[in-house]
Amino acid sequence: MEKLNGAQQVVRVLEDLGVTRIFGYPGAAVTDIYDELYDSKKIVHTLARHEQGAVHMADGYARSTGKVGVSIVTSGPGATNTVTALATAYGDSIPLVLITGQVSTDLIGTDAFQEVDTMGVTRPVVKYSFLCKKPEDIAINIRKAFYIASTGRKGPVVVDIPKNCQNRAYLFDYDNKSDVHIRSYNPTIFGHKGQIKRAVTELLKAKQPVMLIGGGVVQGEASAEVLQIAKSLNLPVVSTLMGISGYPASDPQYLGMLGMHGLYEANETMHNSDLIFAVGTRFADRATNKVSKFCPNATIIHIDVDPASISKTVTANIPIVGDAKTVLTQILTELKEVDGKPNADINLWWDKINVFKQKHCLDFRKKDGIIRPQEVIQTLSKVCHELGINPYVTTDVGQHQMFTAQYFKFEQPRHFITSGGLGTMGLGFPAAIGAQFANPHDCVICISGDGSFQMNMQELAIVKKYKLPVKVFILDNSVLGMVRQFQTVFYHERYSATNLDGNPNFVKLVEAYDLKGIQITDDANLEEDFKKILLDKDNFTLVDVITDTNTKVMPWLRANGSMVDMMLNDEEK
Amino acid sequence: MRQIISILLENEVGALSRVVGLFSQRGYNIENITAAPTEDKTLSRITILTEGDGSVVERITKQLHKLVNVIKVSSQQDDSVGIVEREILFVKVQAVGHTQREEIKTLCDIFKAQIVDITPELYILQFVDTSFEVDRFLKAVAEQAEVIETVRSGVCGIFRGEHSLHS
Ligand SMILES: Cc1ncc(C[n+]2csc(CCOP(=O)(O)OP(=O)(O)O)c2C)c(N)n1
Repeated sequence: MEKLNGAQQVVRVLEDLGVTRIFGYPGAAVTDIYDELYDSKKIVHTLARHEQGAVHMADGYARSTGKVGVSIVTSGPGATNTVTALATAYGDSIPLVLITGQVSTDLIGTDAFQEVDTMGVTRPVVKYSFLCKKPEDIAINIRKAFYIASTGRKGPVVVDIPKNCQNRAYLFDYDNKSDVHIRSYNPTIFGHKGQIKRAVTELLKAKQPVMLIGGGVVQGEASAEVLQIAKSLNLPVVSTLMGISGYPASDPQYLGMLGMHGLYEANETMHNSDLIFAVGTRFADRATNKVSKFCPNATIIHIDVDPASISKTVTANIPIVGDAKTVLTQILTELKEVDGKPNADINLWWDKINVFKQKHCLDFRKKDGIIRPQEVIQTLSKVCHELGINPYVTTDVGQHQMFTAQYFKFEQPRHFITSGGLGTMGLGFPAAIGAQFANPHDCVICISGDGSFQMNMQELAIVKKYKLPVKVFILDNSVLGMVRQFQTVFYHERYSATNLDGNPNFVKLVEAYDLKGIQITDDANLEEDFKKILLDKDNFTLVDVITDTNTKVMPWLRANGSMVDMMLNDEEK
Repeated sequence: MRQIISILLENEVGALSRVVGLFSQRGYNIENITAAPTEDKTLSRITILTEGDGSVVERITKQLHKLVNVIKVSSQQDDSVGIVEREILFVKVQAVGHTQREEIKTLCDIFKAQIVDITPELYILQFVDTSFEVDRFLKAVAEQAEVIETVRSGVCGIFRGEHSLHS
């Protein structure tokens, strides 16, 4: 066997696992590894400007490709700076491996310089973590970390490597065996046959069925199967925030996002259904509103790879544990077997749904002299479709995120990247950088808010250095819009700490990095302006769109109500 | 309802803290917990006593299963006959003078407890039984003598019959 030192083994095993890009930030506890990375011909390292940015980049890389995103940081502050980004990935089940340096084993527990209990600090926000107590643990733990991160319900995994385990003087056997077996970890892949039969029987019997897709469809690569089932039974399809892009938005059977800011027709269809065929969703509180009032007449078929997500909030009548793609394939086979046809009453159901659609809940009135945020997203989506650009779109968190979820038409999986579980302001821009590295020839757009963008804008340096053609659209409403909207409605317009006075001039800000920025204050030529920006394929542009401060995201579910306790946009139409 | 959860897991760095963390993170209560390696040193066995109705315990069990290092989880309501459970109690009591010392000794005989350490003024008593009996014994001791200190191990349990975490 080949003899390599610990630091070499880190790099070699990553190479052997097919890693070609790492996002990181060096420090004393990882200098040996960085020295080895310097010579790697297979791995390109990108130096972020903040560890949170680095892990968000790896996250965007992972979300846009389905591959495991990889990051490396130093001990202590390097590790603690990644916590929000790990929690973000954990919240949305994104496969990441984070390698952290640690103080030498003989110093662990002594409050040494830059020592922090990384395993302890990250434990609640990762799928698993390893501490390499000896150099011989390194390669196997990294292999296990990749396996755990990318199978079952995916998620981030930390591998903590003490400095002395990376020691360049100590050479030992490098084990290049690639198979990993963990006896305590065996995710279920195939759905239970009896349950599949029951599910199909119910599905064919249902007069008012609806298919509900979640992030599991996107992360589990199950879009094609979802489409096939929806088509063969003429099912309406509703998506959670994380399921967006899992079903083509232009398809007439697609009703859009459900939940807190979901579409009227999506929420009404859910509420009035007699069967919910749910795939890869965890029935999160933002999706269901009050669980006890959730869809009172519906039988629930729930497919999920994570048994703990089934009947956690909403009780499933037919639970099926397994991988989304595999289980849906089993269902398709069973449908063929029994010659499953759309229910005889499905057209009556569609008649009702089409009435829901007549509400036109997303219609809005233009305002004189100020751009409506909805208009920006609607136009951007339209222009992209017209130009045949199929962009990866990342968002931050706030009104702009919800408007993007509502108005942007996503046609292909993985093209919508947002923090749904944790709701992390600051994900959007670094995730766009990660997605652009992974998809150098595609258009990547970050839709942000003037609040959120400032959470990770230090990463502009990466755009400058690598000449990344990311397009950033800031919906610049001068406030923390989403919080302010709450204050308007529930706090008698007492705008406590939501005014962003002191904002920079974003155009000048990017100019300081020799990057292009433009400000748009007038919607007269919005389409033309956007076309020009998007056709400039090779250059970064930050577009600071000044938008209305008072626009609210609608529809809006009333707290503790059912899915149809909705406030609508009527006054603004 | 009182529930006993048995967990077989990989004896790895942070194994116990993951289990305990899960309880605190999800707002579940641990009444008591015991943990030790099994005959196979790479495995640990944990017994947890918790309060909660069936659905809560089912949720806890699922979450425990989900932990990457957990091999098997089983839960049992204590009122069923499915499990043998024991707790060990040590109690240090004031034992001064012949009469009191004899009285405590008699009490120990009745309960099948043992005196495991003595000084001229103190006894350490050891008692092994179900938590319910431990409570009873402790109460009886306290009526008889001044209790200086007690320590309980927490519940340790094993399923009756063929059911085994190791299969
Ligand atoms: C890191 C973080 N801090 C705070 C919040 C709470 N929060 C949710 S939305 C929001 C306002 C976002 O403002 P902005 O980015 O300007 O977007 P807008 O709502 O105006 O579109 C805040 C503060 C959060 N989600 N994430």
